[in-house]
Amino acid sequence: MTNDTEELHDLRLVVNGTPYEISVPARRLLSDALRHDIGLTGTHVGCEHGVCGACTIRMDGKPIRSCLLFAVSAQGAEITTVEGLTRSDGELGPVQQAFKECHGLQCGFCTPGFLTTITAGLEENPRPTREEAVDMIAGNLCRCTGYQNIVDAVLRASEIADEQGGEVSA
Amino acid sequence: MKPAPFSYARPTTLEEALEVLGTSGDAKVLAGGQSLVPLLSMRLAAPGLLVDINGLPGLSQVDCDSRGVRFGALVRHAELMADADAARVQPLLAKALGLVAHGTIRNRGTTVGSIVHADPAAEMPMVLRLLGGSITVASTGGTREIGAEEFFPGPMESSVRTDELAVSAWVPALADGAGVAVDEVARRHGDYALCGVAAVVGTEGGRITSVRAGYLSVCEVPTVVDLSEAFAAGTADEESLDAAADLALGALEPEDDIHASAAYRTQLARTLTRRVIRAAHDDALDRAGKEGPTP
Repeated sequence: MTNDTEELHDLRLVVNGTPYEISVPARRLLSDALRHDIGLTGTHVGCEHGVCGACTIRMDGKPIRSCLLFAVSAQGAEITTVEGLTRSDGELGPVQQAFKECHGLQCGFCTPGFLTTITAGLEENPRPTREEAVDMIAGNLCRCTGYQNIVDAVLRASEIADEQGGEVSA
Repeated sequence: MKPAPFSYARPTTLEEALEVLGTSGDAKVLAGGQSLVPLLSMRLAAPGLLVDINGLPGLSQVDCDSRGVRFGALVRHAELMADADAARVQPLLAKALGLVAHGTIRNRGTTVGSIVHADPAAEMPMVLRLLGGSITVASTGGTREIGAEEFFPGPMESSVRTDELAVSAWVPALADGAGVAVDEVARRHGDYALCGVAAVVGTEGGRITSVRAGYLSVCEVPTVVDLSEAFAAGTADEESLDAAADLALGALEPEDDIHASAAYRTQLARTLTRRVIRAAHDDALDRAGKEGPTP
């Protein structure tokens, strides 16, 4: 259902270092702008009211829920989506690598939100305890209930980042 | 799960924002949006206009002095929580903010916005009530200060008029000899609590002189009960804590809802009242110990 008379707003978003000019109605959620207007479908949309965490992205470095923000409000912001976590040479980033090693990815739907949340979490706290790792992912839901492996992956990602010189993001 | 259409304004001065709010009649203020956007997405709210205040200058400050902490309408939960001066002047702020949702929500959500949203299940409206803080609101007619006592007239309702913008909140400093604590029970850490309790315990020379407790998710509005009379003996012994819990439950009317029965809420309120008063008393003694012996 579209409303042809709806006013459109022109805005510029920098996503994973690339600028995009889009034109969207005020009610366009940032999650939908990323997926539909920009074509980056790595950001997943689950509950759309801020509970599940699947749509987590980084805005100006901080993890936020892209379903709880209107694209117009993000005007001028620097955004990193899950697509921005891979290293520039195409190799997996430490959190992605750890998910692979620890089987933190099951059906994969919640994975983008976990990857962005954990990447930002490890920058803030590079050597988390298991308890801190649990707390780090407490805002993200996995309907396969793969939490044990995901917690393992947080701790493994911390080790990998350390081995690679401490850089957790691409 | 998409919002209905609305018009959008992003003013760059406070005057412009107040002008828009004053003339619209059907506007909502958008700051962090962590409570508002879900309401719009579920179409529980459908305002004709959103006034996005994120471009307004001067609303991101945290100002602390010996009397208290003032924080602007664009101060995010995470920023207030990390503010060392605010945590020193009124430590209940950071303690309670740690229970507000999850880190990703705290990065965007504003504390003033959460207070104005007036959810009886939220931490910060209760904290404002317990501490006896206030909210400063502005309109084209001028500014006024609303005390926490009158700020929450009903469930999910605040005293901010539709033509007004809440520009800042203020909470008083922790008094000498006082201690604070907060705890809650939620199904998942960071979710809305089934019951939450915070307390301020005043002491003098180690003896308890006053006890106030605030309750969230128990009644239809954030509720504060003075429990001082249960501590006539001046100590937080088992008998006094039992008396305090009885006194609190006499003043509360725990609600039934889909998440918990009234009986279960009553049990949680009893247990948390005891636990939190004890912790706030310990906090008061700790602080007194750090400041040296009381004369």
